[in-house]
Amino acid sequence: MSFINYSSREINCKLVYYGPGLCGKTTNLHYIYAKTSPEAKGKMISLATETERTLFFDFLPLSLGEIRGFKTRFHLYTVPGQVFYDASRKLILKGVDGMVFVVDSQIERMEANIESLENLRTNLAEQGYDLDKLPYVIQYNKRDLPNIAPVEQLRDLLNPTRVPEFEASATTGVGVFDTLKAVAKAVLRELQRGSQQSG
Amino acid sequence: MAGPDVMFPEEQQQIAMVCQRLNRDANAKAVLLIGRDGQAIAEAGDVEDLDVTSLSSLTAGNVAATGGISKILREKDFTSQFHEGEKIHVHITLVGGRAILVVLFDERSSLGLVRLRVKRSSDEMTRIFDQVSNKAQSKAQPSILTEITDKDIDNLFND
Repeated sequence: MSFINYSSREINCKLVYYGPGLCGKTTNLHYIYAKTSPEAKGKMISLATETERTLFFDFLPLSLGEIRGFKTRFHLYTVPGQVFYDASRKLILKGVDGMVFVVDSQIERMEANIESLENLRTNLAEQGYDLDKLPYVIQYNKRDLPNIAPVEQLRDLLNPTRVPEFEASATTGVGVFDTLKAVAKAVLRELQRGSQQSG
Repeated sequence: MAGPDVMFPEEQQQIAMVCQRLNRDANAKAVLLIGRDGQAIAEAGDVEDLDVTSLSSLTAGNVAATGGISKILREKDFTSQFHEGEKIHVHITLVGGRAILVVLFDERSSLGLVRLRVKRSSDEMTRIFDQVSNKAQSKAQPSILTEITDKDIDNLFND
């Protein structure tokens, strides 16, 4: 849930990167961290196992600039992708403003993608959210690898509602910022729309 | 509710004063107030060397994980936690189910004193949160969000 502080003139929002194990969620955050100027970012936190698999979450606070004198701050989170960390995964969704679903484009990971997307819908519903009503974008990651499914096929399977989608290679950075910008923009538009409806 | 979704200057000042008084009365090193989703709301005391943003996010994660444990044990909520360190101790409480109050203290204070002072401050903070909610719902305050235009949003992302 966004937090607007009229005292410090800040708009704070929470973005969550979701997807199957090893799809590149943490790699997205690492790339963003590496390419952002020091004044725009806070410390990146990774709660990971010894083998660098995400145990609880990764966290990266980011400032994207000012709107009407208010600083826009985005808190980026990833969830642990491995199936058995479902209890931890649910917790990260609390208060989410925008979702990125990171798809592993490799053919052999298709089932894992579908399972993770279903898991996302279930876990969001448990927290009282509907994925179709949240600002939400899809990233088809690992497009640089040889054994990948065509985007058309991924779209049919994973993006039936045709939300904004981006091809990416998080290790080289292709598509990483396009994805981030799209979801951040969608979140701000949703806030703007929500206030107009309730005003 | 994950946390307060808005904070106005008047209430921010009141909350800051409650934090400052708690910090003083409990002989604490620092006091932080955090939304349940990890947004820092207010702070007092010795915070210059603290990474408040990281601490807020990790504490919220910790509270969320503890909430998950309470659910499995069919307990309503564990409303407070205590981490005992060698030099620094951390007392964490839920305030009105909406925010997390963190008190950092050392050997100059004690868990008993911190608990006692936290109780009074929590009640005051809950009252202030109610005040903020009423204000936000009354539409007496113009919202920054209604002023934002599509162009403002586009401008933010122009390279």
